[in-house]
Amino acid sequence: MPFDFYVTVAVQGVLTGLVYGLMALGLSVIFGVVRVVNFAHGEFAVVAMYLAFLGFAAFGLDPILAMLPIGLGFFGLGYLLQRHLINPFVGRPEHEQFILLVGLAIVLVNGLLMLFGPDTRHANLPYGFDSYEVANVLIDKVRVYAAAAALVVAACLFAFFRWSRTGMAIRACADNLLGAAIVGLDVKHLYALTFGLGMACVGAAGALMVVLADATPMLAPAFTLLAFTIVIVGGMGSMAGALVGGILIGVSEAFASFLVAPSAKSMFSFAILIAILALRPQGLLGRKP
Amino acid sequence: MSVFAALNGRARWLLALFVASLALAPVAADRYILSVLILIFYFAYLGQAWNIMMGFAGQLSLGHSLYVGLGAYVAAALWTKFGVGPWAGMFAGMAVAMAFGAAIGWLGFRFGIAGVYFALLTIAFAEFTRIAFDHMDWTGRAGGLFLPVRAEQAHQWWNLRGGPLLFYYLALALMLGALWLCAALRAARIGHYWLAVREDEAAARALGIDVFAVKMKAVLISSAMASVGGTFYAFYYNNLFPAQIFDMSRSIEMILAPIVGGLGTLIGPILGAFILTPLGEGLIAATEEAGLSAPGTKAVFYGLALMAIVWVAPSGVWPWLRRKLGLETP
Repeated sequence: MPFDFYVTVAVQGVLTGLVYGLMALGLSVIFGVVRVVNFAHGEFAVVAMYLAFLGFAAFGLDPILAMLPIGLGFFGLGYLLQRHLINPFVGRPEHEQFILLVGLAIVLVNGLLMLFGPDTRHANLPYGFDSYEVANVLIDKVRVYAAAAALVVAACLFAFFRWSRTGMAIRACADNLLGAAIVGLDVKHLYALTFGLGMACVGAAGALMVVLADATPMLAPAFTLLAFTIVIVGGMGSMAGALVGGILIGVSEAFASFLVAPSAKSMFSFAILIAILALRPQGLLGRKP
Repeated sequence: MSVFAALNGRARWLLALFVASLALAPVAADRYILSVLILIFYFAYLGQAWNIMMGFAGQLSLGHSLYVGLGAYVAAALWTKFGVGPWAGMFAGMAVAMAFGAAIGWLGFRFGIAGVYFALLTIAFAEFTRIAFDHMDWTGRAGGLFLPVRAEQAHQWWNLRGGPLLFYYLALALMLGALWLCAALRAARIGHYWLAVREDEAAARALGIDVFAVKMKAVLISSAMASVGGTFYAFYYNNLFPAQIFDMSRSIEMILAPIVGGLGTLIGPILGAFILTPLGEGLIAATEEAGLSAPGTKAVFYGLALMAIVWVAPSGVWPWLRRKLGLETP
């Protein structure tokens, strides 16, 4: 019996971790190409959570479907943000970008606080308590759906970067910015596209997150840190690394909540982060710098 | 006093006027103004401490709340549990904060972790410690640690028990002391090493500078200074909560003043604190006046102000103001 219990906890952790991974993927893509650290990442995830919650509360729209319009909307938002707000800060010192995005994060999280207050919002899905039973292991249905959706989005992104011409052009910008500009790539446009794609990831992940956690503005800074931790653990610039890191952190959180205390779960994530930085600074799947 | 000698005539007058008016301010100011000024001095002091790390040595720390929190908790715990006075407690807090600073510095600098990665390492340590204190019975867990306020100790100023005036002059002394210390460090050999490392680490190494030792000195001095600020905080507010003092938003709050004022400058942290703290306080008053009582209103404007400042004056207000006032050293 205890063994089945551990397997259950591990499976739940993996499924949650995939959604975390998708959120971190957004951050990784943006940093890998634009070289701007999106310190408002978790804040955007929580904005998406609220949008998904509102869609569910007002129209009964399933958050897993709401992922599509929210992701699209966030893509547009990200494109405009990069084009008009962040682009002038590309290549500037880190602390200047940091202030800009921290300012944005403060505006977002407190805007949510003004509009919705500090209370948690729970999307009560009709199948919220259903679960699958596979050989004595209980698996929440919502987690399976959310994880599958996250995997699909991540796969689309992989395919885009691997095979589409635009994706290749973006990779060219990341590899050699000067070279990309010389051969005539429109770097500004590609940067904005990349930021949009990263934002689409975080929008989709935020929508999925509604089925896993209750929405509250207080989650935002914790999500930003979570995304960072995952990206560094998995390896900055490695897309597969973000998913692997997400799974690792998801499993560690699940076990820490179960064996120690839910409030102590991120302590173990930070311990993993410190260990990775000391032993393998480039991350699990990262290339040596 | 080589620090003072380096200033031109007008700058000396302005500095003297500034110090004198602050020393005399309690005559005219009411309790509220005094409390705002204490807050300004406190943030100017902490900004100065952080500025050594980032402004001088170029190491981005986003976890300075760790050192403040340790300085606060160690001194407060020694006082409440064993009756050890704040002066001894301050040194104990410094020792603990420096030990943590050394651990972070060793991990970060030994393995060549820089920039965003180093920043994340500092955040990770601060958050780790916050959660640890949240679960530590000895310091009251998340429920907080309270310093008793007893009538018979009310005038023990040597134990930092007293009214706003005591803390006003203490905070002023901290701010001015930090300014003097940073000016001295900046002018000393180590200050030049820091700038060399900040500007080009490889070149500094090629010149024979022990980059690791130079960075370690920055993190040790900075963490020690920040912990003293924490001891002040503990005895001024008389209550400590891990979720407040160790929180990442505290670290961010701390670094805004030097960045807005002018990173790497001596006056920047002070000027930044004099801009941002009244801005925050003014926004509270203004939003109340306008009847916008929803929580978060003030912070939204604060965030917008930050974005506007970094948009308009990315290198800080002081370099611009210094030119306007004609204080450029000849």
